[in-house]
Amino acid sequence: MQNLSNTSDQASHPANLSAGKRFTTWCSDHLARYVFLTVAFSATLSLLLIALFILKEGVPFIIKVGFKDFLLASEWSPMNGKFGIYPMIISSLWVTLGAMLIGAPLGVAGAIFLTQFVPRSVMRVIKPMIELLAGIPSVLYGFIGVMILAPFIRSHFGGPGLSLLAASIILGIMVLPTVISISIDTINAVPRSYLEGALALGATRWQSVHMVILKAAHSGIIASVILAMGRAVGETMAVIMVAGNSVKIPGSSLDSVRTLTANIALEMGYATGLHRQALFATGVVLFVVVMILNSLAMAAMKKKSRGAA
Amino acid sequence: MRISPKVTQTLAVLLLGVATLLTVIILIMIVAFVLKRGIPEISWEFLSTKPREMGKAGGILPTIWGTILLPVIAIVIALPMGVGTAVYLSEYTRENHVTRIIRFGTDCLAGIPSIIFGLFGYIFFVTILGMGWSMLSGGLTLAIMILPTIIRTSEEAIRAVPQTYREVSCSLAATNWETVYKVVLPNALPGIMTGVMLGIGRSIGETAAVIFTAGSSLLMPLSLNDSVRTMSVHFYLLAREGISNEKAYATAAVLVFSVLSVNLIAYWMMNRFIAKRS
Repeated sequence: MQNLSNTSDQASHPANLSAGKRFTTWCSDHLARYVFLTVAFSATLSLLLIALFILKEGVPFIIKVGFKDFLLASEWSPMNGKFGIYPMIISSLWVTLGAMLIGAPLGVAGAIFLTQFVPRSVMRVIKPMIELLAGIPSVLYGFIGVMILAPFIRSHFGGPGLSLLAASIILGIMVLPTVISISIDTINAVPRSYLEGALALGATRWQSVHMVILKAAHSGIIASVILAMGRAVGETMAVIMVAGNSVKIPGSSLDSVRTLTANIALEMGYATGLHRQALFATGVVLFVVVMILNSLAMAAMKKKSRGAA
Repeated sequence: MRISPKVTQTLAVLLLGVATLLTVIILIMIVAFVLKRGIPEISWEFLSTKPREMGKAGGILPTIWGTILLPVIAIVIALPMGVGTAVYLSEYTRENHVTRIIRFGTDCLAGIPSIIFGLFGYIFFVTILGMGWSMLSGGLTLAIMILPTIIRTSEEAIRAVPQTYREVSCSLAATNWETVYKVVLPNALPGIMTGVMLGIGRSIGETAAVIFTAGSSLLMPLSLNDSVRTMSVHFYLLAREGISNEKAYATAAVLVFSVLSVNLIAYWMMNRFIAKRS
């Protein structure tokens, strides 16, 4: 379909164009093609550059310090040459899991409710509203966490307030728009005849939804949750503000924690030499984790589009 | 004993409804809280004067400029690349290995956390290319960050231009290139602008990628080589270093207001574009 015009440039030039003019047209057309082809690689090239430079700074450090002393050691004190990021890895993991425990059920429930049990007109108001809210800057969520959530946790549950729990809740709220919006799209993509078939067999609306529609849409919903996980792992500013940032393996959800992203952003301002390389190495770990999550999400999406076809 | 399907249905709907309501209320409360605390602190003086004592007093004028200029630089760089990619994907080729590589690259780039962009911008633009903490480094970093958004929305907009337009253009002996810039792009423009607004919205709200590339100078930015502080960065520093809660709330209110209006314009343009096309 897209190549309709490809043959036209040789065949159908009006005869009254001069040879010179025809040549310029031919040139500009072919030039345009190669310019577009080159430009089209800009995103891929950027990705490669990012990967290259992060790896270039980080990997020599990992080799020098040793895989075990970097990833599995618990002591982080750059001044004394100790660069163990194990506590940060564990903290990132817990914060992300916590965020998913809050964000995924709420988000998926919202998507189901808005697509199945609410008039279309209501959904047409609420979905854009949620998508608008997806644009709220992450620092703002962090600020809310500091001003409202942390004091609340401190006075009701104890601990310092700025904690794993606070970070999880804030991140869980932050990923809601992602989960809801993608889940709504996948649920809407399920053919209407599935629902009609189930209803015709005497199933209640809820039975048709959870036995038929959710089955058909589950890859897309999983993809939305994985994408949200990627966002949660990578979120920086909000987490710095609410997580407390002490480097230790959390013993409870009320402990102050430091994630991988926070570690980079907190110390990047003044780090030099080996210390700076250590932060880039932390970036390498983060980069790898996020790429794995993204690939999983993409695979789930692909499964979904094949399933729908 | 089996619970009747009717009861499960009622329970399920109730539960889902409560969850949805909770979600919507939380999100709206966040915006309402910031606006309620921030708006009383905003005055004309706050918007039009320079900050004093690191932001403890005075206004936010330089950061407003930073918040306008940085996204503009990013868009100027990202728009040609993004639209070019979209044109190539939709007008010049079929799905093949090349497009698969391009799409994979774009999707991956979209998922990279902003702190990684910050690290990359710092090492590549600031250090290796020697641009220092500057509007240029920040703009280039943001440009890469918003590139996937621009590519996606542009491609959707271009694909929404009816095939018949292209057929007519070709039947009038226009070349592929002439069809693209005289027929396809003008018709896809409103859709492309949606992508631009979304990109601007994301740039305005960005902190992690900006603070390590554009720096945090409170001076008025006069050239591309000057360091600049955006409202997001200013807000972050005010709040994190506990400089002034009143100023932080006021900055947050201005920030929320700008981001929401930019996104609202994007949404409105998209709806108008869709309505026109269907």
